[in-house]
Amino acid sequence: MKIGVVTFPGTLDDRDAKRAVRLAGAEPVSLWHADKDLHKVDAVILPGGFSFGDYLRCGAIAAQAPVMETIIDAAYGGLPVLGICNGFQILVEANLLPGGLIRNEHQHFICRDQKLIVENVDTAWTNQFTLGQEITIPLKNGEGGYIAKEETLKELEGEGLIAFRYSEVNPNGSFNNIAGLRNAKGNVVGLMPHPEHAVEPGFGPDTDKAMRSGVDGLNFFSSVINWMVKA
Amino acid sequence: MPKIIVEVMPKADLLDPAGKAVASSLQRKGHPEITNVRIGKRIELHYSDVPTPKQIEDAKEIAAYFLSNGVIEDVVSVTVEDL
Amino acid sequence: MSIAVDTTKEAENTPDKAQPWNELGLKQEEYDRIKEILDRRPTSAELAMYSVMWSEHCSYKSSKIYLRQFGEKVTPEMTKNLMVGMGENAGVVDIGEGWAVTFKVESHNHPSYIEPFQGAATGVGGIVRDILTMGARPIAVMDQLRFGAVDHPDTARVVNGVVSGISFYGNCLGLPNIGGETVFDKVYQGNPLVNALSVGALRHEDLKLAKASNPGDLVILFGARTGADGIGGVSVLASETFDSEGPSRRPAVQVGDPFAEKVLIECALELYAAQVVAGIQDLGGAGLSCATSELASNGNAGMRVQLKNVLLRDESLTPEEILMSESQERMMAIVPQKDLQAFTDIVTKHEVEFSVMGEVISEPRLYILWGDEEIVNVPPRTVAHDGPVYERPVAYPSWIDALNANSAATLPRANSAEELKKQISAIVSSPNQASKSWITDQYDHYVGGNTALAMPDDSGMVRVSEESGLGVAIATDANGKYCQLDPYQGTQLALAESYRNVAASGASPMAVTNCLNFGSPENPEVMWQFKQSTAGLADGCLELGIPVTGGNVSFYNQTGDVAIYPTPVVGVLGVIDDVARRIPSGWQDEGNNIYLLGITRDELDGSAWAETIHDHLGGKPPLVSLKNEKALAELMLGANLQGLIASAHDLSEGGLAQAIIESSLRFGVGARIWLNEIMERDNVDLTAALFSESTGRMLISVGREDDVKFVGLCEARNIPVLRIGVTDSTKELIIQDVASYTMDELTRTHEGTIPELFG
Repeated sequence: MKIGVVTFPGTLDDRDAKRAVRLAGAEPVSLWHADKDLHKVDAVILPGGFSFGDYLRCGAIAAQAPVMETIIDAAYGGLPVLGICNGFQILVEANLLPGGLIRNEHQHFICRDQKLIVENVDTAWTNQFTLGQEITIPLKNGEGGYIAKEETLKELEGEGLIAFRYSEVNPNGSFNNIAGLRNAKGNVVGLMPHPEHAVEPGFGPDTDKAMRSGVDGLNFFSSVINWMVKA
Repeated sequence: MPKIIVEVMPKADLLDPAGKAVASSLQRKGHPEITNVRIGKRIELHYSDVPTPKQIEDAKEIAAYFLSNGVIEDVVSVTVEDL
Repeated sequence: MSIAVDTTKEAENTPDKAQPWNELGLKQEEYDRIKEILDRRPTSAELAMYSVMWSEHCSYKSSKIYLRQFGEKVTPEMTKNLMVGMGENAGVVDIGEGWAVTFKVESHNHPSYIEPFQGAATGVGGIVRDILTMGARPIAVMDQLRFGAVDHPDTARVVNGVVSGISFYGNCLGLPNIGGETVFDKVYQGNPLVNALSVGALRHEDLKLAKASNPGDLVILFGARTGADGIGGVSVLASETFDSEGPSRRPAVQVGDPFAEKVLIECALELYAAQVVAGIQDLGGAGLSCATSELASNGNAGMRVQLKNVLLRDESLTPEEILMSESQERMMAIVPQKDLQAFTDIVTKHEVEFSVMGEVISEPRLYILWGDEEIVNVPPRTVAHDGPVYERPVAYPSWIDALNANSAATLPRANSAEELKKQISAIVSSPNQASKSWITDQYDHYVGGNTALAMPDDSGMVRVSEESGLGVAIATDANGKYCQLDPYQGTQLALAESYRNVAASGASPMAVTNCLNFGSPENPEVMWQFKQSTAGLADGCLELGIPVTGGNVSFYNQTGDVAIYPTPVVGVLGVIDDVARRIPSGWQDEGNNIYLLGITRDELDGSAWAETIHDHLGGKPPLVSLKNEKALAELMLGANLQGLIASAHDLSEGGLAQAIIESSLRFGVGARIWLNEIMERDNVDLTAALFSESTGRMLISVGREDDVKFVGLCEARNIPVLRIGVTDSTKELIIQDVASYTMDELTRTHEGTIPELFG
């Protein structure tokens, strides 16, 4: 199973995303922003970073990249797409997910081990979790505040399109504690925290058992493998 | 050099944390008369010749679909400046 | 439009033309020497080049005679793993398995007072480029910060700017920040210190050097365009001490663009992998003047360069300004002609701009043309390497004997448990001892997925090989107060502490870098401090058997007549075979025994206790025994190889009390501690037991099943070992007969201070 990981100028977490894919048992494929060809991948990850320097708006310029044209079409056709942090911002700019992401309420970049509640398990990227499961995933961003119009929020809540919510602490002022969303079809998921940083024992968040042993992020990647196998 | 100036502001009913931070700072510095601050962007498009009416329409579209994010921002003005 | 330029021909024809050598920072003797070298007066461009390259910051003229010791006081055994030593952009150390690492720490102090955000940001940018220039992929950063008093109105401005600047630049580059330190002291009020460290990894064969040696190779400038950034910044700013009213001018400060640097990193690494670059230099202080002259001089060759080929952001720049510009995110590559197409293809793919400036020639001369006119014609060695060397006057400070006589030993001590608890709380919540997580949470420490240890653990540790787990650990330390009391000993104490921190994490110390922050070299007492400090470091490295691989000197950190405390930041790098064996700094399991290694003496001079409780600085700093530190480190290695150590934390500022609290808070696990045995064996009272800053000590937790083996190992190596407590899960820390804290109370006390001050 092949999972594409896109690199834009300024992308930072592509190598980590590829490692996560490998650890889950699939083959990572590097996709370059200027190349429209998706090279027959079964799913795509838009990783974290500061694509195009966050110029104009986070993810705004990346959303216009040649590779995104193909990805947007493919997403409408059901291709699983995961947007992490900057990737979530790109999905929002590309209108694959609704709302907007703005500067953290407290005005600072924050890097912390964040507790999340899994609110939806019927997606390509969350089907290996249990509904309501609490997981710990590293969060690191300056522009993670999720906002949306009243009607949009009502719709998201009403139709169960919220994939993850912040638990215990809302680190950035996101409305309704929204940490991540899914689309109606369930193939597109975007979230601010970084699952790819919680996949390898020894390099993830601390747990009660041992330092840096948290691997709650692995399920994201095994989920998409499971989704494709079933498809 | 001819320019088209585009002004973009965050939507009135949405959060503007930067504006809020600046307002608090001003109030703390002794300006209670300033009740609110909102911060937007001024973008200049430079042209080699005076833009044609079609180009002005194009600029409005560029403003609406690229230079601003309609979900969180409004295009407040698009004006031709001829220097 | 043409600018009337001062050409070499014009210089020959007008030997007596008045030149602003004084305003540019040169002395009469230096100006005369330039005329001697060139056999005529210099052109304006040459004058600009010499003035910048011969400034203190670039030429190290006041420090050279002392820095030599780092290269002289070495043994072949010490340098056997050194692939590149001092004098290059950064030192390079062989760590095994065909891997090497390069690391260095540098200062960006004065710009960070003028414009804290950009000063700190470009400081990070600069050190990362130095690492990149060695052919390495940068893999981590650290920073060492010193600010003024927390309650001074200007401090928040500097703190917020600097932390945001480091956060902005480092995070955007995708480099994990794995540690560092932050200190507050009024002595740094007008002279904050911003030191930045970076480390990179490379395969042996990828090593690059900053030399141009093959005539015919092309000289190519690539990266950002050149603008007016920091013109004259290096020589003017770094040699300017601020007057008491504050920054007297606001020159063009450098503005950094981390996105441009990130793109540059990926582009450069691809160029290296394609092997199309024969030599490479980054443009930092002194910009083009430095890059051209250093590349030529290092290669024992010359260059012919067309300055009009520089891509400009600002067309109004004069040739002198272009040569002195410190625009960021630029590099200069030496590319063999045959590789030009491949080079072009790669930079184009990354959308990085470049221009061919000229070529390498065999004659050791640097020719710079402005169109058809020759504006520079100099021997590059005289610019880059044969700058002035001063032997500045040195004077034993008039105030130091009195300071040393004023020991903290006789200051009133607490005589009740209640008072002791108050003092513990006061110290652990004081700005210097409190948790800095408000700062460090603004840094990404996850990116790259190779961070094995970061703050608040004792060192920053990064995995280099994903196959074997081979990794490196880095710790940095400096104690300005100790150095004020005794610069020789104080510097050895900084070395000892970094060394001990690396050992506490389970790594083997291997190499040293340093950033020497001092007052004005024109002050003989400061020069005495510098002389003592460098001797202390050189002697210390020799005794520990680890070499200095490179570093940085920052002079002129003073406002008016008041210099900062001598603040030599010493960084130690260590190697670990497999990062899986790293040691956490706090205990996590309950029912483990807690041991204190080493002897406690009554040593409160210069301590956190003296500062916090009595606002006192006086006496002599704690004794340092590098022999003991070495033995301790070897024990740590041996015990860790056998898997006997569950956690280890070194003791330093704040003494045992601080170490116990930090170890407990690390995972929020309590403990019961008793001090009577230490007091009895070492003949110290409770105050000394809790707060003395004696060296060579470590706080270890060991699983019950390993007790016998562990104690046996210590005894066999003659390392004093004493069981002083047990860990437990009751969420309470009890120091018998002294104090007890709930975990919540402890957390609030230790973590509340900094957010309250700056949040």
